[in-house]
Amino acid sequence: MSFPWAKHYEPSNPLMKFLDEKLPLPRLVYNAIGAGYPVPRNLSYFWNFGVLAGFCLVLQIVTGVVLAMHYAANAGVAFDSVEHIMRDVNWGWLMRYAHANGASAFFVVIYLHIFRGFFYSSYKAPREMIWLIGVVIFLMMMATAFMGYVLPWGQMSFWGAKVITGLFGAIPLVGEPLQIWLLGGYAPDNAALNRFFSLHFLLPFVIAGLVILHIWALHLPGSSNPTGVEVKTESDTVPFHPYYTAKDGFGLAVFLLIYCAFLFFVPNALGHPDNYIPANSLSTPALIVPEWYFYPFYAILRAFTHDLVIPFTTVVIMPAKLIGVLAMFSAILVWFFLPWLDKSPVRSGHYRPLFRKFFWVLVIDMAMLFWLGGQHAEEPFIMLSQLATAYYFLHFLVILPIVSSIERPEPLPFSITEAVLGNDGKAVLPAASAA
Amino acid sequence: MIRLVGILVGLFFAVMAAWAFFSGAYTYFSEPTAETAEHVFHEEAHLPQGGYSFDGLAPRWDVAQLQRGYKVYKEVCSACHSLNHVAFRDLEELGYSEAQVKAEAASWMVPGIDPNTGEANLRPGLLTDYFPAPYANRVAAAAANNNAVPPDLSLMTKAREHGTAYVYSLLTGFRDPATYTNEDGETLAQAFPDSMPGTGLHFNPWFANLNLAMAPPLHTAGQVTFDDGTEASVKQMSTDVAAFLTWTAEPSLVDRIRLGWMVFGFLLFATVLAYLAKKSVWSQLKSRRDD
Repeated sequence: MSFPWAKHYEPSNPLMKFLDEKLPLPRLVYNAIGAGYPVPRNLSYFWNFGVLAGFCLVLQIVTGVVLAMHYAANAGVAFDSVEHIMRDVNWGWLMRYAHANGASAFFVVIYLHIFRGFFYSSYKAPREMIWLIGVVIFLMMMATAFMGYVLPWGQMSFWGAKVITGLFGAIPLVGEPLQIWLLGGYAPDNAALNRFFSLHFLLPFVIAGLVILHIWALHLPGSSNPTGVEVKTESDTVPFHPYYTAKDGFGLAVFLLIYCAFLFFVPNALGHPDNYIPANSLSTPALIVPEWYFYPFYAILRAFTHDLVIPFTTVVIMPAKLIGVLAMFSAILVWFFLPWLDKSPVRSGHYRPLFRKFFWVLVIDMAMLFWLGGQHAEEPFIMLSQLATAYYFLHFLVILPIVSSIERPEPLPFSITEAVLGNDGKAVLPAASAA
Repeated sequence: MIRLVGILVGLFFAVMAAWAFFSGAYTYFSEPTAETAEHVFHEEAHLPQGGYSFDGLAPRWDVAQLQRGYKVYKEVCSACHSLNHVAFRDLEELGYSEAQVKAEAASWMVPGIDPNTGEANLRPGLLTDYFPAPYANRVAAAAANNNAVPPDLSLMTKAREHGTAYVYSLLTGFRDPATYTNEDGETLAQAFPDSMPGTGLHFNPWFANLNLAMAPPLHTAGQVTFDDGTEASVKQMSTDVAAFLTWTAEPSLVDRIRLGWMVFGFLLFATVLAYLAKKSVWSQLKSRRDD
């Protein structure tokens, strides 16, 4: 792996030499995030979000492990144990708010990371595997976050668990038994709470393992870059350390400023007041919604209000609920196929005039879905989410394949160095052959 | 092949969503949904005039106000509402001495066990005890209150939209539905006769359903006698008890924001350092070109 001009790890300290012989862990770090990893010199701040996501994962694991020392996963006392953490545990309120807002921060970072991938087509060869693992990580994060939100056992925890596990009930034939099996009962109760806690503790470590695979797969071809032109010579790259450790350090500091503003000044702004009411199976909240980071997919789920019937009859082929569930899962599954749906040889959106326009439509569409997912299930929100949902699927499955085959890309720079320092007289390659 | 299947799947979902859109739009325009009483009469919560000392970015607890609010809770609210998550020891944060808190705790009777017989009994509260609930269980609470269980108040200002403002608005918001008019000058009886409060319900435009089971709890000036001589108007009592409930819901509020400023200051400094470090490292790169 890596480029021939990558620096080599040559320990001079006897202890480090000894370690390098017996267990070359420092060498691994040196080659992964040290001077031994050459990285394109032109990465913008949009390339900070991978490191930030890694930071969020560690933050969540550390605060989560501390919270688990004081939390009691029992439907009778879970709510009270969270309040015990908030009131009686030393710095418990800080740990809990850091964890709750940390989940939101993690998703903000991940969404930006994913949309960076959309714009710069980071999913294209030779980086398909990085992308595929990334989508799996995102799915695992969603499962983890959902189960974490159930743990405080407030009203939204309980009803969220009921609605989300209810989705499995839409599957034909096996749906209802499957739902009962998942919950360990007919409704969310102690059995469900306990398994959610167990999995909520386990999955972050699975994610950590996947992150290692994600980074491993990344280090084979190396990082992509804003031009989408592959690295050609040494002057196209800089060593990760100190260049990107310094740049990521600054990005991390800015991230922490924003995160701490939420954590200390408005820690409940992203939550729902209903979750400060203990779970009550006899009282349904007026509005059941998941946490904000699930809103786009929740909006897609609720957009399908019409059964698929044989025209001019009342024979139902597929009930609306099933289509909604399929659409919600497909909305993420479709990301898996991006490397094969988008066949343009040019990666970066900077050189793809038509793709670029549709990318911004997608951003607006996603913003609308974010907004609509949190609204009451009433008009005009349903109609708007139906339009936004239709565009979402058209974008990935219809527009992207067509645009990528009819588009005429703009000329690419000859090299990364040229993109940074200006044309030095070398010929500009025609776009199609530059890939 | 993937692209072909993809286009078909994409078209399927898009067509189904569009189908639902058109049938929804048809219904929306052919049978417009009627306005509900909640839409027309519900009012947005507001804070009392002058706001609170714990508002904003330089918060502090007004200890005298919290003590007054506590007295309102003790003498009025506690008849029906529990305060499960608050212990007597917490009252020291309201500026009472330990001796005062002990005496205060002892003025409440809490469920205990007779050390001689093992029978359940009631004994004076200790520092470590939590506030006792007014009812033995939910059934008793519902039976005594026209089937509506009075909610626990510990977290009330975090468990409702607009928190403190909501509690204040609700307590001062009971109106006579026969004479109260909304912005359009309509009374509830004119606009939505079916939404008039039923037996045992009370009209309050700040309550989500407009009609709630709780009768106006703070109704007469001087209902509570404040030890510091503050005039106990209904507004004053409501203001103070809303402050007290803000403290019960988030006792760490003031500490949290103060700590936040320190963290923020440190981070600003660290951000400047990180920026300078980044700039210094990258300036060494200059315009290297070796191809």
